[in-house]
Amino acid sequence: MIPLSWYIILGAALFSIGIYGALARRNALAILMAIELMLNAVNLNLVAFWRYLTPNMVAGKVFALVVFTVAAAEAAVGLALIISIYRRRHTIAVEEIDMMKW
Amino acid sequence: MLTLTQIVFLVAAAITLLAAFMVVTSRSMVHAALWLIMTLAGVAVFFVLLNAGFLAVVQVAVYIDAIAIMIIVVVMLTRHSMGIQDRQKNKTWWAAVIAASLLFGSLVLMFTQAPLLGAEAPALTMGAEAMLEELGLALVDVDRYIVPFEVASVLLLAALVGSIIVAWPGRKSQDQEDES
Repeated sequence: MIPLSWYIILGAALFSIGIYGALARRNALAILMAIELMLNAVNLNLVAFWRYLTPNMVAGKVFALVVFTVAAAEAAVGLALIISIYRRRHTIAVEEIDMMKW
Repeated sequence: MLTLTQIVFLVAAAITLLAAFMVVTSRSMVHAALWLIMTLAGVAVFFVLLNAGFLAVVQVAVYIDAIAIMIIVVVMLTRHSMGIQDRQKNKTWWAAVIAASLLFGSLVLMFTQAPLLGAEAPALTMGAEAMLEELGLALVDVDRYIVPFEVASVLLLAALVGSIIVAWPGRKSQDQEDES
């Protein structure tokens, strides 16, 4: 059998890769993809904890489904914002999107 | 000695982490999106290994089918903005490396302190069919999870309307004024 720690360490690694991507990339789309990676790592942890600690309750799975919904909503709004910014400024590099920087 | 399940886990973990690494490092956004699909499929494999087959199907249907395709479409719509010859990392990317490794290191250190992590998975008392039925009933039961369920549907509706409004072409004259 697979110990719980394997899943947790895998989730931590996936989350850390996502953190790097979100902090280091210049392209707004790449940042969005890195955020999807982080949400996936969280979901993996939620399901792993559900399976190993409370397999007879549904709370872990319900929470994972809510995270799925939030991820879908976040991707839709984020991509709409990127399209809107690209249409107005012709760039998706995050340092050039500085209208609100004071 | 590794069992078959462990071998499947390790192979899937290696593929997932490699694909995730390629997502954050590849220079072409189309390649990054395709590697993202690979990562999402890898996570679906772990859902299957964790006896959560329904979530694996949702992962494929929502993430790979909807989100990844949407990302690829937006990559194609905005592909004149940043080419593969442009700089892909910002000036403080080394700080991002430090932050990510610090986070990973401290998480792993914390896990070594926590109890329960060597735990084996307890046997499931219900079959897959019964578990799915239980999940479905729990989502619409007034005494259980109907409020999160309804909040999620309202959130989806708000995101739908919001993204249409944000991405609406808008007034042409305003756009041209902004450009000049």
